[in-house]
Amino acid sequence: MICDWGGSVLKQAITNLGSRTLDALWTVGLAMRFFVTVLLHSGMAFRRFGLTIRELYFTGVLSLIVILVSGLFVGMVLGLQGYETLQTYGAEESLGIVVALSLVRELGPVVAALLFASRAGSAITAEIGLMKATEQLSAMEMMAVDPLARVVAPRFWAGVISMPLLAALFSAMGVFGGYLVGVQLIGIDEGAFWSQMQNAVDFERDVLNGVIKSVVFGIAVTAIALFEGYDAPPTAEGVAGATTRTVVTSSLVVLALDFVLTAFMFRGIG
Amino acid sequence: MNKTKLDLWVGLFVAAGIVALLFLALKVGSTSALNSAEGYEVIARFENIGGLKPRAPVKVAGVVVGRVADIQFDDDNYEAVVTLRLDKRYAFPKDSSAAILTSGLLGEQYVGLEAGGDSVKLKEKDRILITQDAVVLENLIGRFLYDKAQEGAPQ
Amino acid sequence: MQNDNLIEIEQLAFGYGTRSILKNINLTAKRGQVVAIMGSSGCGKTTLLRLIGGQLKANQGVVRVADESVGDLDRDGLCRLRRKMGMLFQFGALFTDMTVFDNVAFQLREHTDLPEDAIRDLVLMKLHAVGLRGAAQLMPAELSGGMARRVALARAIALDPMLVLYDEPFAGLDPISLGVTGNLIRRLTDTLGLTSVVVTHDIHESLKIVDYIYFISEGVIVAEGTADEIRASGLPFVHQFVHGEADGPVPFHYPAPPYADDLRLGGQRA
Repeated sequence: MICDWGGSVLKQAITNLGSRTLDALWTVGLAMRFFVTVLLHSGMAFRRFGLTIRELYFTGVLSLIVILVSGLFVGMVLGLQGYETLQTYGAEESLGIVVALSLVRELGPVVAALLFASRAGSAITAEIGLMKATEQLSAMEMMAVDPLARVVAPRFWAGVISMPLLAALFSAMGVFGGYLVGVQLIGIDEGAFWSQMQNAVDFERDVLNGVIKSVVFGIAVTAIALFEGYDAPPTAEGVAGATTRTVVTSSLVVLALDFVLTAFMFRGIG
Repeated sequence: MNKTKLDLWVGLFVAAGIVALLFLALKVGSTSALNSAEGYEVIARFENIGGLKPRAPVKVAGVVVGRVADIQFDDDNYEAVVTLRLDKRYAFPKDSSAAILTSGLLGEQYVGLEAGGDSVKLKEKDRILITQDAVVLENLIGRFLYDKAQEGAPQ
Repeated sequence: MQNDNLIEIEQLAFGYGTRSILKNINLTAKRGQVVAIMGSSGCGKTTLLRLIGGQLKANQGVVRVADESVGDLDRDGLCRLRRKMGMLFQFGALFTDMTVFDNVAFQLREHTDLPEDAIRDLVLMKLHAVGLRGAAQLMPAELSGGMARRVALARAIALDPMLVLYDEPFAGLDPISLGVTGNLIRRLTDTLGLTSVVVTHDIHESLKIVDYIYFISEGVIVAEGTADEIRASGLPFVHQFVHGEADGPVPFHYPAPPYADDLRLGGQRA
């Protein structure tokens, strides 16, 4: 009897696992198809660039405050912690390198993308989900206007454009924060701070790769946010769940992509 | 009316983003693409380059005059072939020497050039003949111990 | 010679997967008529509207609108047809990020190259027709349910369609708004030469304004006729519906095992 019972539980668990995996694959496939469809419907986002500019305001400008303030604080913390560690080796002058490299290569693109996911991504999902729940997307379809071209594509491109700009602003603010703490507060030599930084940070290897990362993150976060909104069950709970999923999924995807990109970009470069 | 204000904000945002990118490119980082456009390459061979890496600075009298462009290994002579890209504003005598030095005790390694007395200047693809290898700490300590041992021997 | 029937539905069947929703539907709507489709909640009325609008495809049978088979149209054909159709959604489905004016102007801006002056005049005319010219600059969030419904109606007739579909235009309205909306549907149909298809379960308001009524129950048409015929109908389902009786052919109780069995009266407990 016990054996039977255990067998049925095991069977249940395997069946569950199987159907969950199948569901996940299904969703990934659907998301991919959605992504390609959005790309194919992007004509209007560029022909009528006003639509995209409007969305740039909502995704980019409204994320500015959180990005700038977080960037400043992250930079200041890096300054304090970096100084603390470097002091042990008597290499305080290298503080500029530590701050700039960690921001430009990693923290800038990654933290900006995480903030972007929770600020703009969740807003996009909620907005699209609500438009679906209140039949606005259906209404648009019935007015012979394709919601993918009119609503989704401009938001997608606005997200892709604003992400690298936000990441750059985050890094710049961070460097400034590190400068404030290192030079103004602790009193490291200003010349050494900047020149060491300039010597160590390379435009192509560090800055450009950081920009490439943030573009990839922008594509990933915006596409996930739009897909979750478009795919959300048209109810209040459905939209709420989709908003949470956007933040969780896009954060995980950003971190995973970061690992892959870092492995590609910095492998073998000393 | 509302629209122009929104446009203004977006314009500000994009401008600020581009300024930040320029700041990162020019003030925080150095542009290798810009530098490499105007310079000439010379080659130096070393038996041991220690921890020298591509993009390490080349200094004369403490001033950065170029960077290490490339490091190759020559398996005929078992030597390291280091290509130095020098700023075209500066010219050096053909008999200048190159040494691999370390900034500080544990700092990064760089190539130090010592000017010679020749009136002929180094040109593109010329070779620097006199080179001094990197100092390997283990060898140094080994030699020091050996010397100490010899000092003590006669007694 | 123009076909007298704007909508012709023959032998229509529709279902999701194995779940059948509509079967064997035959329905016609003559030009210039207000036709109501009635039935209890969840009987497939809205599905029928979506089939007419081409948002869903029938499993069997044909839906013809203006002599074109909706299910066989390609994307462009469907777009062309939809420009001649208006649809009023259950809660209006106004675009929440635009003013009332921009909502009504939406289709004019998307589908025509009219100068802004002409659009302004047209929009104000449509808004005047529904009595809301004064509300042009309000946002949809500032409107009452009844007003939102009327704005949506103005939006539906913006391109002077030949057919307007109404999804539950009376749901959730107070008696005054109810009368206003009902009158508007009748008046606009007559003055603009439209054909209207109203999906509703509000029998009393509908009987005042419609020319012909179809009753749907459990996916099939159970009764049809003019308003007078329906009032005089002896069919038990129609009688129950018209007089709003709690129990009848549509039972009060959801199918369940016998009450006594469920309460375990007389039986031993397990």
